[in-house]
Amino acid sequence: MTMTAVAPATPATGSRIRWADFAPFIALALIILIGTLINSNFASHANLMNVITRSAFVAIIAIGATFVIAAGGLDLSVGSMMAFVTGIMIMAMNGLAPAYGDWAIAMGAGVALVVGGLCGLFNGLIVTVGRIEPFIVTLGTMGIFRAFITFMTDGGSLPLDRSLRDAYRPVYFGSFFGIPYPVLITLVVVLLGAFLLYKTKYGRRVTSVGSNAEVARFSGVSVGRVRTLTYVIQGLCVAVAAICYVPRLGAATPTTGQLWELQVITAVVIGGTLLRGGKGRIWGTVAGALILEIIANVMVLSDLVSEYLVAAVQGAIIIIAMLAHRFTSSR
Amino acid sequence: MTVQALAHAPSGAAPLAMRAEGLCKAYGAITVLSDISLDIEAGEVHAVIGENGAGKSTLMKLLSGHVAPTDGRLFMENGSVAFAEATEAEHAGVVLVHQEILLAADLTVAQNLFLGRELTRGFMVDDKTMNRRTAALLARVGSVARPTDRVGDLPLAQRQLVQIARALLEDRKIIILDEPTAVLANDEVAALLEIVRSLREQGVGILYISHRLNEVQALADRITVLRDGRMVGTWPASELSQRRMAELMVGRELSMLYPEKRPVVAGEPVLSVTDLVVDDGVSQGSFSLRAGEVLGIGGMIGSGRTELIEGLLGLRPSHARRVEVNGREIVHRSVRSLMAAGLAYLTEDRKGKGLLVDASLAPNLTLQALDGVNPGVVLQQRREVAELKKAVSDYDIRVRSLTLDAGKLSGGNQQKLLLAKIMMSSPSIIIIDEPTRGIDIGNKSQIYGFIDAMVRAGKACIIISSEMPELVGLSDRVLVMREGRFVAELTGAEINEENVAYAATTGRHTAAAGEA
Repeated sequence: MTMTAVAPATPATGSRIRWADFAPFIALALIILIGTLINSNFASHANLMNVITRSAFVAIIAIGATFVIAAGGLDLSVGSMMAFVTGIMIMAMNGLAPAYGDWAIAMGAGVALVVGGLCGLFNGLIVTVGRIEPFIVTLGTMGIFRAFITFMTDGGSLPLDRSLRDAYRPVYFGSFFGIPYPVLITLVVVLLGAFLLYKTKYGRRVTSVGSNAEVARFSGVSVGRVRTLTYVIQGLCVAVAAICYVPRLGAATPTTGQLWELQVITAVVIGGTLLRGGKGRIWGTVAGALILEIIANVMVLSDLVSEYLVAAVQGAIIIIAMLAHRFTSSR
Repeated sequence: MTVQALAHAPSGAAPLAMRAEGLCKAYGAITVLSDISLDIEAGEVHAVIGENGAGKSTLMKLLSGHVAPTDGRLFMENGSVAFAEATEAEHAGVVLVHQEILLAADLTVAQNLFLGRELTRGFMVDDKTMNRRTAALLARVGSVARPTDRVGDLPLAQRQLVQIARALLEDRKIIILDEPTAVLANDEVAALLEIVRSLREQGVGILYISHRLNEVQALADRITVLRDGRMVGTWPASELSQRRMAELMVGRELSMLYPEKRPVVAGEPVLSVTDLVVDDGVSQGSFSLRAGEVLGIGGMIGSGRTELIEGLLGLRPSHARRVEVNGREIVHRSVRSLMAAGLAYLTEDRKGKGLLVDASLAPNLTLQALDGVNPGVVLQQRREVAELKKAVSDYDIRVRSLTLDAGKLSGGNQQKLLLAKIMMSSPSIIIIDEPTRGIDIGNKSQIYGFIDAMVRAGKACIIISSEMPELVGLSDRVLVMREGRFVAELTGAEINEENVAYAATTGRHTAAAGEA
């Protein structure tokens, strides 16, 4: 082996600080500050817990979306899938309630997880085995799931059996030491997601596939399997969100989860995950979901801007976030 | 375009179509072409030959106005010319037919021919006239395509003819053909050569670039040889044999860059591949490798070497009668199964297939051997950093920080990182595709040293290289590929640049070498 005379200086091991990585958290802090200044009620415990609880569904689904997007995919079907899973779960619970009583809730939740996982598997297999653009595949399944829930509810509402409501209600409305259950469930999902993406071999493979699928393939990574699994994870996250969502309204309707896919993708992207794949930011995604919900809340509490413009402000934020990213990363 | 008075009268009987004097091209500090002077007469075929990287393509781009020269002058019949862009050169009657097909696949043949210069009648596009003129041009180049055919539906050879027809749309004084036969089959090549001859008779000056020396000999009136961005000289074609052309193209002595040749030890066969067919026969062959041996695979770029190895690894559609690694038959070939059997492959496409340029060094290093470094489900980040530190010192990877993105490293350091990456699984058979493409001489020498050390340690190595000196300097045995088939096996004293170049360009084993 040829050795050069001068050994190179030992390179530094410390990680460099990238300011762009902190941008979502700085933005979140700013918005909370503005909210506090505008309306004193904003910072109250009740209001903050309410806002965070409302953001739980988008946050949970967006954790799954972070995996899909980090692996270079996209899932537009999450909103419709959420409604479909909700419908199936309610039907299962209602059907099981006479025989099993309150246990029907746990069994229905199990059904939801299985159905969510299968919906994700279906998306994933068409993308990887069928080799079709994820945008097109999930645009198709978005329509399919939406039509299914409309059919299942007969265009109206599919209510949860009354006998189950009292037992199921705490999953959304209950709290543990002052922290609502949906927030705790979100925290568990986030911690699991962060562990899976950052600390496991599978997470490493997800980002390598999203960064450059050819490099991954040449390195012996089963690109198709890794990608398919991200869609399954997405489906499971959708199911968890559905389990938390049902006790809130106690029914599934054709408009359940409508346009959530846009909120979910917005949360992921303003959280700093690249839409072209290769980097996933779980905590950034959580910040993104909170930003969306808090902005809506601040607008409702203040009289400055009509709350009918909430979607416009959210839309402006994703564009501003991307522009900020462009200008900070090009330097 | 500036036109000055004719400064120099052309010499010789035939009218001069174009003359270049002292052309130079440098990109920053790197000179790719220096002091090229040649002329093209009307009604002649002037061939330009040289190894990959000799500067042929740059010269063509300078002559056709695609790139401006750093120094030097061009003359046409009306005097000195300087093309600011390709369209100016086209107006002056010089056109380059690119090696790659540059046509819009969804447009028709006629629409492609007249793209950007559509004929109109009032506000309307005059399809009728354009189709009629296209038909005449297609007939002239001997194409069977119709003006209304969609270009994407045509076979590659017909597209190449359409591209030539496009060059003939207006009267041309000079046509530059950059490897026009690279994509053609044998009978199509013959047809194309006929077209070139008929253009010559019509008084067009033709600059013809090709790797195929038999074509050059059959067609050219004069031949200019380039080597390392400089002119070796211009000769009448009748004075050069194919062997002499190959010698002039390489004409270098082996430098001290290469490690001393090891005594050849015929170890146990570690890899044997029988009847491997890749991409439905685009590339195919049988070969074997022994422990302690460096097998070189030579041939021109695009001769199917990379495809063969990627096929072996199951990265391309392929089938084989039998593949044995270290005495065990491999039934399901994949990167994983072959890696498990002790084989590793370093791709020629460092940034596209080798490294994650947006990821930092440790994930790059361990990606292929992730299961080896991390036995469980969870990543062992401390162990990854330890492996990285070891690789950085073993392979002398020069980095400021270990958290740098791989894309920020220099080419040479990227290549050393990639080498470290494939060595993570401790392979006994290492296949390296273009070991030193685009890296500086210091890193080259180091990489040659690493390869030598591996083989001395009893590993076996396959080197695919387009750089003849490298191939000759490293290999104990050389297989030469041409058009997806092995055409020659060179051993011992037969291994020299002339023999490799001769086999790569003519497809013949050089039996004359022993007699000469």
